[in-house]
Amino acid sequence: MADKMATRQAYGEALVEIGEKNRNLIVMDADLSKSTMTASFGKTYPDRFFNMGIAEQNMYAVAAGMAASGKTVVASTFAMFAAGRAFEIIRNSICYPKLNVKICATHAGVTVGEDGASHQAIEDISLMRSIPGMTVLNPSDGVSAKKAIEAAINMQGPCYVRLGRASVPVVYDDSLDFQIGKGITVKEGKDVTVIATGIMVNEAIIAAEQLAGEGIDVRVIDIHTIKPIDEEIIIRAAKETKGIVTAEEHSVIGGLGSAVAEVTAKAAPAKIKMIGIQDRFGQSGKPNQLMEEYEITAADIVKACRELV
Amino acid sequence: MINVDEVKTAAGNMRYDIIKAVSSAGSGHPGGSLSAADIIATLYFYKMNVNPKEPDMANRDKFVLSKGHAAPALYAALGRKGFFDIKEMYSLRKIGSIFQGHPDMKKIPGVEMSTGSLGQGFSTAVGMAMAGKIDGRKSKVYVLLGDGEIQEGIVWEAAMSAAHYKLDNLVAILDNNGLQIDGRNDDVMKVAPLYEKFESFGWEVMEADGHDVEELAEKLDAADEIEGKPVMIIARTVKGKGVSFMEDEVGWHGKAPNAEETEKAIAELGGER
Repeated sequence: MADKMATRQAYGEALVEIGEKNRNLIVMDADLSKSTMTASFGKTYPDRFFNMGIAEQNMYAVAAGMAASGKTVVASTFAMFAAGRAFEIIRNSICYPKLNVKICATHAGVTVGEDGASHQAIEDISLMRSIPGMTVLNPSDGVSAKKAIEAAINMQGPCYVRLGRASVPVVYDDSLDFQIGKGITVKEGKDVTVIATGIMVNEAIIAAEQLAGEGIDVRVIDIHTIKPIDEEIIIRAAKETKGIVTAEEHSVIGGLGSAVAEVTAKAAPAKIKMIGIQDRFGQSGKPNQLMEEYEITAADIVKACRELV
Repeated sequence: MINVDEVKTAAGNMRYDIIKAVSSAGSGHPGGSLSAADIIATLYFYKMNVNPKEPDMANRDKFVLSKGHAAPALYAALGRKGFFDIKEMYSLRKIGSIFQGHPDMKKIPGVEMSTGSLGQGFSTAVGMAMAGKIDGRKSKVYVLLGDGEIQEGIVWEAAMSAAHYKLDNLVAILDNNGLQIDGRNDDVMKVAPLYEKFESFGWEVMEADGHDVEELAEKLDAADEIEGKPVMIIARTVKGKGVSFMEDEVGWHGKAPNAEETEKAIAELGGER
């Protein structure tokens, strides 16, 4: 795999691979197939690909009807229009009847970049994890994105997979053991723990390397499954290190930070600092500029870790 | 050939069940359930290929109640057809009952889709029809919509997609009783002209008296002959049909009859079964 790739790219490639063996797999899109990367599936398997036009609500309800007829359906659009616009359809027509629809939403977070706030979903994790029975995945790189898609398709029931637009460093190699609900200890450490999700895992790794030079031993955990969350790995971090820094490219309201705090508050109260979007809308700019503007870079993680030790 | 007596008897029994269940629940939607009773009876007791002993039969026809608040009418049809003991549905809306206020496909045998949030059932029926095409099935998907329901934007998204994918295995029926919670459709939000709207969306549109089971059967049969596009049957109905004091009365959309009203309604419907 290349050094850098967008998680949506890995997603598009994974779909084509899975589609060869899994003939029951149907893919849908809402006029964004070149951006969400479902277009290659459509080209390879035209009989199992449906463009539903610019009508996300209908797309997700149609997906529910297909799933009720025994199909496994992957339906893609931007995170804003999936989790946001189609929220109530996902809730009532997909999750309530526990149907086998995989909502693979790309262009999540502020790293959408130049399109600006209207297209930067920073609430999708919060919305999706609040629905009873929904599984929420947020892979960090190309390798884990591919494995997340496989896992999502192989599991029974609804699943939300959060994917990004921007090209990001590849963190893992192919030997990665990706299991829904199991966090990954990317690096051991005894002083402080960074619990990161999505593209923030790479920022956490950079932060940990820098802090090692200062004599601070940072544990880095990748929570790729926001729900069901790996409580055990979080409780262990809360008990064994001095504090937790959560890192997400999402609002700190209702996202990973909240999910981690829900676990520690009940089982092992810990000091937590939350790196994420602080109750603001996004804006236009380059992805790296926006990460700086919203204080979600490795440098921000470093600062938060220092404050905890 | 339709056995008119059989379908009419079924519809009469269903009306009785609707009143009985809604009255016992102390809440629910009698008006729209009664307006839909003859349509649903014609589907289950004449048109559709379903098997209560094998609800998941592969080649079955499917019915989606997109106007999910008419759940009592669907439950009554399924019960009278033998999917479960009809008396069970009198636990409607009570805690622990499988008979939820709106249909739950995970709980009740024969219910094809969980509905209640308006417009969504229509789209799910489109999905079922698309899946039927992929699998080369000959069976049909029927979906019942309310006329107030079509004010939902998703209905028109679904209508567009059904025509785009040439779903001639999809038949929609519009329960056109003219009323919704806050008043007459066209006063609340104009839905007319219905025929032209669906026709312009690429549907084959038919009209029928929604309480004339023979005409309904005739139109449902005619729908089988249509190729290359979905069919919409606009069924003119009377909300609350069969109970004189509920007929065309907007107040009976979502209100249960009290003991006295229940007695009167049941007497009008031919008495206790």
